[in-house]
Amino acid sequence: MTKTTNKRKIVIAVTALNAIDSPGPGVAVIRAIRECQDFDARIIGLSYESLEPGIYMHDLIDKTYQIPYPSGGTNSLLTRLIYIHEIEHIDLIIPNFDAELFNFIKLRDKLENIGIHTFLPELSQFEARDKIKLFEFGKKHGLLMPKDKILHNIKDLEKAADEFDYPLVVKGKFYDAIISNTLEEAEKAYYKLQAKWGLPIIVQEFIHGTEINIAALGDGEGNAVSIVPMRKLYITDKGKAWAGITLDDDTYIELARTFISATKWRGGCELEVMQTSDGKSYIMEVNPRFPAWIYLTAAAGQNQPAALVKMALGQKVEPFTTYEIGKIFVRYAWDLITNISEFQKISGTGEL
Amino acid sequence: MKLRKNIATSEEGFIFNPATGDSFSTNPIGTDILALLKDEKSVKSIIETICSKYEVTEIQFEKDFDDFISQLNDYKILDQ
Repeated sequence: MTKTTNKRKIVIAVTALNAIDSPGPGVAVIRAIRECQDFDARIIGLSYESLEPGIYMHDLIDKTYQIPYPSGGTNSLLTRLIYIHEIEHIDLIIPNFDAELFNFIKLRDKLENIGIHTFLPELSQFEARDKIKLFEFGKKHGLLMPKDKILHNIKDLEKAADEFDYPLVVKGKFYDAIISNTLEEAEKAYYKLQAKWGLPIIVQEFIHGTEINIAALGDGEGNAVSIVPMRKLYITDKGKAWAGITLDDDTYIELARTFISATKWRGGCELEVMQTSDGKSYIMEVNPRFPAWIYLTAAAGQNQPAALVKMALGQKVEPFTTYEIGKIFVRYAWDLITNISEFQKISGTGEL
Repeated sequence: MKLRKNIATSEEGFIFNPATGDSFSTNPIGTDILALLKDEKSVKSIIETICSKYEVTEIQFEKDFDDFISQLNDYKILDQ
């Protein structure tokens, strides 16, 4: 006799399977979705490189397809997604990389037309929280943000440095931030980040304090469905959380609620906050997608990825009201073993 | 003088501040002081209780107690 279930089968495609020392959120998103008992998920991994660990995690991911790099533009991405959709009948795509979000947002309507849902911010929301516009964004919505200068030329660096004093933070367009104590250090950081991410470079005033991260999920109508603040307990040399703990402080909840309400944010996001000793909360950065530690929200009782899936498929989700305080995650490294045949298959055919 | 709201303490001397994520451990005397602070006992009462339980003079204990309270304040364990 075959056991039957009334649970809906949903096909969900997820990117950012690079569960490495500076991890993408994909594997954590999938883990949270897999834990939700309200639906059966077939998980399709979307990868960029053949050694993204998630590709080989067959207990989490049913099938993986490589997709073109974001620099390839929307046409090649759409062509590839249509091919995958014809085989897999995807219900929903959850992109998790900053650099790919622009393309997915641009393709949102076209994907919707062929039956693939997304739950992403509007392009205007996405661009407004860009590092390049963050200070203006804060001013508009009454949120504290550090002062910054956008530099297109190294010649402007000294002037910006004079304005902010040292230390100051030199940031790349997409990722990376380097604290600089002298003009020489700032110049070195400028060239390093320019080589890696291109122009412009952002120079930001340095805010002393305790770093808090907040994972939040907005319904697109101004309501925060879930907010979970976390403090990093152990930080890698790349500044990534290797361990963290959920916090009980209404200041952070209210801050995230204000952000979601002001922006009518749709989807997941992470606020990187610096809490100063005099009690001010500066938003240092807004990441327009789930953070890599998102599984902690599920472990603490607010499964944000599962809530996103439900909203993306048109269900009404009531905002969560409680979560477990003092819930800790400790990340670990694990040597996953696979065979050359699997590596050859994903490398050669782009599918596994 | 009292512990901040939601500060968690254990009989083993573990202290957790859920607002900051900080955790600390203290020795048995510290654990007793925290329990007395939790019960909102007065400073006088805390000094009397500790000095009767442990072999310590009031003068010595008052000095150590001030240091301990100062640390609790620094770590935002006490209500200001």
